[in-house]
Order: sequence, then C-alpha cells, then structure tokens
Amino acid sequence: MGELIKVGMADLKVCISPDSITTLGLGSCVGIAIRDPITKVGGLAHIMLPDSTQIRNSTNIPKFADTGIAELVRQMSLKGASPYRMVAKIAGGAQMFAVTGKNNLVTVGDRNVEATKKKLRELHIPILAEDTGLNYGRTVVFFPENGDFLIKAVGKGEVII
Amino acid sequence: MTKMNFDNVSQEYFDVLKELGNIGAGNATTALAQMLQCKVDMKVPQVRLLDFSQVGEAMGGEEQIMAGVYLLVEGDISGSMMFLCEEKVAHHLVGKLMGVEGNGTGAFTEIELSALKEIGNIITGAYLNSLSSLTKMKIIPSVPDLSIDMAAAILSVPAIEFGAMGDKLLLIQTQFTDEINLDGFFILMPDLDSYDRLLGSLGL
Repeated sequence: MGELIKVGMADLKVCISPDSITTLGLGSCVGIAIRDPITKVGGLAHIMLPDSTQIRNSTNIPKFADTGIAELVRQMSLKGASPYRMVAKIAGGAQMFAVTGKNNLVTVGDRNVEATKKKLRELHIPILAEDTGLNYGRTVVFFPENGDFLIKAVGKGEVII
Repeated sequence: MTKMNFDNVSQEYFDVLKELGNIGAGNATTALAQMLQCKVDMKVPQVRLLDFSQVGEAMGGEEQIMAGVYLLVEGDISGSMMFLCEEKVAHHLVGKLMGVEGNGTGAFTEIELSALKEIGNIITGAYLNSLSSLTKMKIIPSVPDLSIDMAAAILSVPAIEFGAMGDKLLLIQTQFTDEINLDGFFILMPDLDSYDRLLGSLGL
C-alpha cells in the first residue's frame, strides 16, 4: 500500500501509484481527479470558484477551475504523464443550502461543475465518470493505480465511480 | 476602492469586527436562554481569520458532522450569514427545546430538523438584530436553510463567498454553557461594499 496524500480546499496534489490522493468534505467545491493510465500518474485538484478572470484577487491558482486544472495537468506532465492520455473523473458541486440570491440564480456548485467541464473539454481530457450536484457533501479518494474514484457521503455509504 | 482587504486586516478593523461578533453572540445567547427557558452563559468569543486549509481543523476535522444554518441578508447591507455547531450540540439543543432527552447521536427526525431550523432562525435573528441596532442599518434576513453534513462541505459555502474576495475566512467562535459546553460558530459574510458600509457606520 502506498501513501495517502491529502489535498486541502483550494489546493492540488500529484502522485504516482501505489500512492493515492484524498480530499475531505467537498461541498460546492469540485474535486477533479486526472490520471494517465500508462504511467499511472494521478492528480487531484479541489477548486472553489469557476473562473479566475472574474475575480479581482486571483493569484491563488488552485482556487479556480480554469487555472487549477491547467496547473494540475502541468504538474502531472512534469511527473511523466502525457496530456494525450489523460482521463478525468469529477465529484462535488453540491448546493448545500436551498437559499439563492437574486443575482446568482445558478448556484456556485453548478457553475463550478460547468467551468470544470469546459476547461477539461478545452484540454481534450475526457470525463469518464462524475458524481456531482445534489445537496450533500462528499469525501473522495482517488487511486491512480486503476483509476478508481471512491466517494463517501454522510448516511449514504460509499460508491466507486 | 474598498477599504476591506481580507489578506491584510488592520488591528483596528479586527477589533471592531471582534466587538461586533461579541455583541451579536451575546444577543444570540440571550435569545437562546429565553427559548430554552434556562440559564445560558457565554464566554468571550474568539475571532479568527483562517486560511482555507485551516478551516476543517478549526471545527475538529473536515469530516466532523455539523449542523449549519445559512441565510441571506438584504437591506442596507447584502451578504449572508451562517451559524453552525457540532451534531451533538444540535441534538442537545433540540432535546432541550422539545423537552425530551435526545440520544445525542444519529439522524434527526423531521420534527427535530424543524426545531433545529427554528433554533437557527432565532440565534441568527438575534445576532443580526443587534448588528442592526448597533449600526443603525436595515438588515433583513431571508428564511434560513439547514444542512447536516461534513464540516468542510458546509463551510465550503462561506469559504467560496470569502474566496471571491481573498484567501481567508473570518470566523467567530462562541462557547455557550448551560449544563454542558456548547461550541457555536458564527460566520458573517457581507459583500465587500457592505463591509465598508458596516464599518463606516461605526465611524471607521
């Protein structure tokens, strides 16, 4: 068994099998797991906001879907992963509370998922599976060995996508 | 240009925010005591400016199950507010309100969830009321919603709102005591302009 590497909020990490990566309690944030099946290099980003260009203070690269995913791919490439082989799985983007304001009718969770998909499409990284939306938090563990993405939620047990 | 910068809060601002938190939490404690019909004491709240990476640890772990009440604020300021406490504290408060001994763990029933929402409503209402009378500003809260989930998942909501402004989150931690110690956390999230208005109304 390898090491279990932890990714915080607005953070990203890269590892190589047999190590695995986790992030705890994704709410409206989105966890993006990317893997190169040949080199078994894997990475996980925990993004909070969709778009770095919409924010005045946007120097925190892993905080945003657009910059975070690009940085994850860059760091994975440095570890020997090929962007041409990369595949992704995503989770999170929940709406934790059924309260929405006048000026943001689309919830930030949905916007995070949309922005994540857009960036992955732009980079030609296919999404193999997703567990997104709804109204509950998710803890995820990603295994670069076989690409399993384990998702745990309170009172809902575990699923692997 | 707004005066508020979360990555570099001056001591003066910090003290004022602390005092606002103190008064708000004091009012909330009184409301809680009236509702539960018992004596509730409060320690001086701690105001903390946290990095996102510290948020889970401040709650006793990212996967700690918490009850969170969240609502939007409109009027002279706009933004949102959250009150949260550990699941066992929520069970204790609900048991107390309903006059039954809660078992302290497990899933909440429908009626317990409704009672919890009401407790959240009263606590946040009292908090905002004191803020309103202190600043002479109109503050209208929305109907709150409740979530029982992992601390990090619940806190992703305020973290994202703070995340649009900087890389820190302002947390007010209050310890209530009736017969046991009850930790409660308040998070007030005015948007940036509202921060200026809020602090401006106090002569800053």
